[in-house]
This record gives sequence, C-alpha cells and structure tokens, in this order.
Amino acid sequence: MTTPSPSLALLKRDLGLSLARGGGPVLAAGFYLTLMAMVPLSLGPEAQTLSKIAPGLTWLCLALASLLSLERLFERDYEDGVFDLLRTGPLALEWVAFLKCLAQWLGTGLILSLMTPVVMILLGAPVGLAGWALVAALIGSFSFALIGGAGASLTLGSRKGGVLIALLVLPFYVPPVIFGAGLMQAFVTGAPVFQALSLLCAYGLFALALGPIAMGAALRSALN
Amino acid sequence: MIISWLANPDRFSKVFAPVRPWVAGLSLVLFAWGLYLCFVSPEDYQQGDTVRIMYIHVPAAWMALFTYLVMGVASFFGLIFRHALADAAAKAAAPIGAVFTALALITGSLWGKPMWGTWWEWDGRMTSVLVLFLFYIGYIALHASIEDEQRAAKSTAILALIGLINLPIIKFSVDWWNTLHQGASVFRADGPTVAPSMLWPLLVMALAYKALFVWLWLIRIDTEILSRKYNGLRARLGFREGGV
Repeated sequence: MTTPSPSLALLKRDLGLSLARGGGPVLAAGFYLTLMAMVPLSLGPEAQTLSKIAPGLTWLCLALASLLSLERLFERDYEDGVFDLLRTGPLALEWVAFLKCLAQWLGTGLILSLMTPVVMILLGAPVGLAGWALVAALIGSFSFALIGGAGASLTLGSRKGGVLIALLVLPFYVPPVIFGAGLMQAFVTGAPVFQALSLLCAYGLFALALGPIAMGAALRSALN
Repeated sequence: MIISWLANPDRFSKVFAPVRPWVAGLSLVLFAWGLYLCFVSPEDYQQGDTVRIMYIHVPAAWMALFTYLVMGVASFFGLIFRHALADAAAKAAAPIGAVFTALALITGSLWGKPMWGTWWEWDGRMTSVLVLFLFYIGYIALHASIEDEQRAAKSTAILALIGLINLPIIKFSVDWWNTLHQGASVFRADGPTVAPSMLWPLLVMALAYKALFVWLWLIRIDTEILSRKYNGLRARLGFREGGV
C-alpha cells in the first residue's frame, strides 16, 4: 500500500466539496437552463432572431453560470482554518489554489460545458455546431474557473463577497466570451475557425499562468 | 537614492506641501491658455464648432489610460517592496482615473451625437474604455470592502497588476470582435492628420490635464498619509484605554 499523494487527496476532497457546495452542479445547471429559458421569453420566440444570436447568448449564460459557486470556493476553508493547515503542508499555496479551481471546474464547469451544445441547439443554432461548441466551452469554462478563482481569492475577508466577485471578474471574462462566440460565428459563416480557437486557447493559457500566482499571493496576504 | 529618501511618508508630505500650490497654479494657467486656444482655433471644415469637444475629450481619454498605468506601477512597487507610500499612491490615483475615464466617455458621447448621429456605438474603442471604467470601479469597490488597510492594499495591487496585463488583451479582443461583426468602424481616430492650428490647443490641454492630475494626486496621497496616521493613533489610544 502506498500512501496517496497529497495533491490527489486534496483534489478528491475538493471535488467532493465542489459537488456538494451549494447544490454544486445541479444548481449551476438549473441556473444555466433558467437563463436559457428567459432568452426566448424576453426576446420573443422567432426562430430567425434566436438562431442568429444563440451562440453568443449561450456564451453569456455560460459566463454568468460560471460565477455561481465562486463565492464559497476559498471562503469555507479560509474561515475554518483549513488553509492554515494546508499552508504548513507539503504543497505550495499556488498549487493548492490551482487544484481547488480544477476541482471546481470538474464539479461545475465540465457539466456546464457538456450542456452548452444542447442549450445552443435548443436556442436554434445549427446542429453541426455541437462539436466545436463543446470544445470551446471546455476551454472557456476552464479559463473562467481560474480567473474566477483569482477574483474569489482577492475578496477573502471582505464582507461583500458575491456581488463584488461578479464585478471584479466579469470584465475579465470579456475576451473568452468574445473568442468563444467568435468561434461559433466563424463556424456558421464557414470561415476558418483556427484564429478564434487559438485565441481562446491563448487566453486559457494566460489564465493558467497568472491565475495560480495571483491566487497564491492573495491567499498569503489573507492568511497573515 | 533620492527616491528612497522621499519614500518616508512624513518626509514626502513635507517636501511636497510647498510644491502643491505651484502645480495647482501651473494647471490653472495651462487650462486658461488651453481653453483660450480652443476658442480661437479654427472650426473644422467638416465638423464646425463641435470639433472643440476634442480638446476636452482626447486628453481625458489619454489620462484615463495614463492614470491606470500609474496605478499599476505604484501597485507593483507596493507589492514588491511592501511600501506604504506606494500603496497610498495607487489608492489615491484610482478615483481620479475613474473620473477621467467617465469624462472621456461622456464627452465622447456628446461629440458622437452631432458627428455620427448616435450617443453610443458599440465599437472597439468605446467598449474597451467602458471596460477600463469597470476596472476602476472594481478596484475602488474591492478596496472599500476590505477593512484592514494593508490587506486591502495587497489585494487591490494584485488586481491592478492583472488588470494591467489584461487591458491590452481586452482592447485587442474587442477590436477584433468589432471587425468580425461590423467591419471597420466609420470613424477612425487615425483618420486625417491634425493641422498644427489644432495640435497646439490639444497639446496645451493635455499638459493642463497632466498638471491637474499631479495636483489632485499629491493632495490625495497626503490625505491618505494623514488618515493612516490618524487611524494608527486612534488604535493606540483605544488600546491604552482598553475597554474603559
């Protein structure tokens, strides 16, 4: 019997938390679907209008649904002292933060991404879009999770968590929303998708490179 | 050498207190001169008198970006060297930058109506300036929501730095989205080259704005230093009185 690696143990624990956190994926999926249902109600059910804006709107809904459980991402462990323990453990805080975001993404972002093609097609996007929609949503939601994590770590110890996180994080969600929606647009118009796809990946890498560093610094400052 | 000597907050206040009125005076003189030039400069052959909005609008837009840069640099020094004065400088710059950005948006809107027949157009430049405004608001909101001054400084410094890197990305992505959706904008700032008769007032106004910024910034940094002192004293007194 080998002892499990600390990283894996933490990931398992946080995945459990992420699945349970505030209803977790069920809540996020419900919110996503509710937003989707509001679209035809507010814009009218004309298929022509809807199918034109379906890809872009789906991305907007995905960005908003990604905000949902950010508030509790670090807060619980911060309040009950788990972070103080983790800090003395073998893992760097940056890595811990990354694992937490990964767990969060596996718990909610992944589910939301799987739903994205369905939501898009329900709103009238062409069925052929499904494959690219899934790929783009997976990359996009991953960058949402990391950038969102950075926002969540910055608000630790402030009393206005939720709304503040949304205010801080949403402007940073602008590029993936643009690139993701642009990818869909490119597919529909038959233009090459490579440009939008590579930009979306580039932003994902940007979030991957900077997110953990920012989270580590913010967590250290919150723990002192 | 001189920087580290000035980095003591008390000394900074003392050195710059006599400088402030001069900066204020410089700003006033430049504004008077610049505004005079605005009114005597020729009308534009296409835009008529409305071109004069440019002299208010363009420097405000420049300052919106410049102030964010100042905030980013100050945040960097605050974060790396843990310097209270740099923290104060970053915090002091934020509201000034937010107002410059708002001014750029509002004057742009006023100029847009007679020129393009619309108050607002979701083109790349305007959208990215709006996002810049949101950055400022987010920064101020985050600072206001954290009680502890040092922690607030640290969190907002991290935010300002991520924002600094993200700003060009947003600018670029919005421009790119724009070309994707609507083709190039009708109105490009890099259109006709500006005639010298218009360049002069623009430059003088830009310098006036810069001087105004420095003046307001110095006042705000000073206020920040004083309020920290005050809070420190209060905390000490409260500690001594301990539950009396």
